[in-house]
Amino acid sequence: MKFIRIKDCYKVYKNGVAAIADLTLDIDKGEFVFVIGASGSGKSTLIKMLYREEKPTKGIVEIGGINVGKLRNRTVYKLRRKLGIVFQDFKLLPKLTVYENVAFALECIGMKGNEIRPRVLKALEHVGLKDKTRSFPNELSGGEQQRVCIARAIVNNPKLLICDEPTGNLDPKTSKEIMDVLDAINKDLGTTIIMATHDKEIVNRMKKRVIVLDSGVLAQDHEKGSYKSSEAF
Amino acid sequence: MRKEVINQVKPFRIIIRSIRDSFKSVFRNFSLSMASVICTTITLILVALAIIVTVNVNHVTKTMEEELTIVVYAKEEATPEQVENIENRINKISGVKDVVAKSKEEWKLEMKNYSHTLEVTLDYLENNPLLDSFIVTVNDVNNLAPTAKEIRTFDGVESANYGEGMVEEIISVFDVIKTVTIVIVIALVLVTAFLISNTIKLTIFSRRSEIEIMRLVGSSNISIKLPFIFEGFLLGIVGSLIPVIVAIYSYVIIYEKFGGSISFGVIELVKPMPFILYTAAILVIIGSVVGMFGSSRAVRKHLKI
Ligand SMILES: Nc1ncnc2c1ncn2[C@@H]1O[C@H](COP(=O)(O)OP(=O)(O)O)[C@@H](O)[C@H]1O
Ligand SMILES: [Mg+2]
Repeated sequence: MKFIRIKDCYKVYKNGVAAIADLTLDIDKGEFVFVIGASGSGKSTLIKMLYREEKPTKGIVEIGGINVGKLRNRTVYKLRRKLGIVFQDFKLLPKLTVYENVAFALECIGMKGNEIRPRVLKALEHVGLKDKTRSFPNELSGGEQQRVCIARAIVNNPKLLICDEPTGNLDPKTSKEIMDVLDAINKDLGTTIIMATHDKEIVNRMKKRVIVLDSGVLAQDHEKGSYKSSEAF
Repeated sequence: MRKEVINQVKPFRIIIRSIRDSFKSVFRNFSLSMASVICTTITLILVALAIIVTVNVNHVTKTMEEELTIVVYAKEEATPEQVENIENRINKISGVKDVVAKSKEEWKLEMKNYSHTLEVTLDYLENNPLLDSFIVTVNDVNNLAPTAKEIRTFDGVESANYGEGMVEEIISVFDVIKTVTIVIVIALVLVTAFLISNTIKLTIFSRRSEIEIMRLVGSSNISIKLPFIFEGFLLGIVGSLIPVIVAIYSYVIIYEKFGGSISFGVIELVKPMPFILYTAAILVIIGSVVGMFGSSRAVRKHLKI
């Protein structure tokens, strides 16, 4: 059985915009997949349907055998506990330290204090920020802030990590560092990663599976390593 | 599977966290919280006043209704048989609870005891100038007028009177007071709920990025809502403290000053214990319920969960 199964999926927003049309797609456990496409092509909409921020208008979005689109609002949190989500705009709490920001995710799901500490430190080690635990977000560079977000996303050992333009606010060098962290998480922890981006540089260099969206339609689906930037955009 | 066990919701920890968060947020939004608390305080003081007035008005009305009597006088020339006949006929009227006869001799004795001057005057007179009488009690205020009217038609009846007009007027005034207080109380409770709801709305707004993250990392809806519900509850409880103290102290003092020892006319206040304690409990309950109602309204409207 496929880890993620999207079948005949449509998303039409209330204002009538058809953001995703007739999308069928499978993703295996442990894959690293880029979702690319021009601005407005439906990347974020696809991502939002995965973590059930949006429901598909028609069709199936299934993660680990669960039909995500059918989840009741009340039970969405159960899905979220199995996912890690990273955004372009970090979403860190400015009044909490690096450690507290990561621990917050575990506190929110009611984990005990003595279980929290080792997990947080391990997650921060994964992103290379073990010596910044007491810093506040405004004392960190953009790349470091994004690494805190990644630590927070993986601290509960999710099977799936979803990233929506995680390098969108970062310079190329910092972006590369972030990609290295994500690649390591994918390889070392076996976490499945789906990342929306429009950074051709990164996509070209990483040689991963690439899904190209064009006006909400699946335009191309390149096997690992076969993507050339000239073919898209 | 091990992870599943660890990830289970720990209700106790969630409740502790919620209480802590709600206290924190009361201090974080101090001026706004103060405004809510003050509004709750004012409302509840008025509610207390309304309860005290309503209950006492009810009490007085009831006392008055119980004491409603028709005083019937027999004609001076009425024979003893006629007087006895009057009593029998009054007793047969439906709705009459009680008839107490008071002969002119009894009146004379009572008046003589009342003052020395009267005693001398009455002894001086050859005939007893007083009239035989009956005190008639009815079951219902509304029976007063028709019963009196009927009695007047009996042979040998000089007069049958009650506090005509006055009694009905007092009762209808009290009815108006009661209705007005109830309306005011309902309006005030709604205003308070609205204000608390707005306070919580602002708390939600000031914590929206935190809430967004909580939802993303998988906080259950109840653990997101609970701090806000607690906050409303807290505002309501804090808002009811001063009204409770004011209500208890002032009522006890007022009762001791006016109600207990001296009753002004027919008006006698309800005894403070346990009445005022029930009132205080009602205030706390209204405060907390209104607080929670206000916050759950805000949560429903602005959390979209
Ligand atoms: N909440 C929304 N309501 C209405 N239309 C939306 C909403 N979100 C996105 N859209 C529209 O859906 C289309 C796809 O948007 P999006 O998924 O954000 O694309 P991308 O992330 O690739 O830039 C766009 O035309 C956008 O305007
Ligand atoms: Mg987008």
